Amino acid sequence: MKFRVEPFLWLAFSGGGVMAAIFLPVLAFLFALAFPLGWLDPPDHAHLAAVVGHPITFLVLFGAFVMMLVHAAHRFRFTLYDGLQVKHRFLVAAVCYGGAFLGTFVALHMLGSAT
Amino acid sequence: MADADEIADKITDEITDEITMRVARYRPDKDRDPGWQEYTVPQREEWTVLDGLNHVKNEVDTTLAYRWSCRMGICGSCGMNVDGEPKLTCATFLSDYAPGPVTVEPLANFPVIRDLVVDISDFMEKLPRVSPWIIRDEEQSVDDGEYLQTPEELDAYKQFSMCINCMLCYAACPVYGLEPEFIGPAAIALAERYDLDSRDHGARQRLDVLIEEEGVYGCTFVGECTRVCPKHVDPAAAIQRYKLKAAQESVKMFLLPRALRR
Repeated sequence: MKFRVEPFLWLAFSGGGVMAAIFLPVLAFLFALAFPLGWLDPPDHAHLAAVVGHPITFLVLFGAFVMMLVHAAHRFRFTLYDGLQVKHRFLVAAVCYGGAFLGTFVALHMLGSAT
Repeated sequence: MADADEIADKITDEITDEITMRVARYRPDKDRDPGWQEYTVPQREEWTVLDGLNHVKNEVDTTLAYRWSCRMGICGSCGMNVDGEPKLTCATFLSDYAPGPVTVEPLANFPVIRDLVVDISDFMEKLPRVSPWIIRDEEQSVDDGEYLQTPEELDAYKQFSMCINCMLCYAACPVYGLEPEFIGPAAIALAERYDLDSRDHGARQRLDVLIEEEGVYGCTFVGECTRVCPKHVDPAAAIQRYKLKAAQESVKMFLLPRALRR
């Protein structure tokens, strides 16, 4: 069987989409409705900082962020290239995936400083 | 008496109702550019767009060129863009476009040969690339009898076998319109049809074709192919399944030693 990089990129894109679809509504519900309206008691800062500081949380969150960034980059790429007809194949790909790459470093830095 | 009058009125209405068909014309021997021509045709309840075109061809303008054959949604010849939407004209009723006018154009995304006739050679070149036929590792002899299948094994691929190669999905696919090298929805749906067939052993061969960039990964999952498919084949689902299958096989190839791969 031929080795191609597209299936791996698609897995990251697809996984990122699933992550975003599952976690973003939960986060929006918790932080936009449940906590401000007092339906649930919000966790205190020290507790959240301890959870984020754990190495397993670091790995899970970093993996989720990278996949969601790849997903966003891929979507923006095709929205710009096919949707808005910005016909600069290399430039559009470089900006989108470059943005994801940059975001990965920011996530690494922020999560790293929390651990 | 009132009832009889009403029926008579209705019959008269049905006969005298007319609809204007705005038909795309292009005669390369005469026209420099494509243009439009309007024809007024009777609008009967049971008349399809194809009936309207046949009326024009038989009674009004014999120079109009278009493809058709079976008139019952089997042959896949009469696909055209009706009011901008890819349709089988034999299954699209004129009355749905009343009071009109209804525009009839050749299928989008294909070169036009003449009037409503498009050049399908690109599809004809792509289709055999996915080997849409049963491939066997070893053919069993005729004396061994036919290859038997259970009803469940038939159900596994039956939906994808309903494709009639009408190419409405290619006309609807924005990716194919923008990137003509994309192998396209119907070819991938047919590859999936044979992959899912219990008698077939050609999945690896097809995967090698479809794993390329112009194969399944060209698709951005717009889903228009499934929406316009007159036979409810769902090519978009076939493509998504193929993407997952190609990804699974690639991960296996990357992680598993050769002996453990299928």
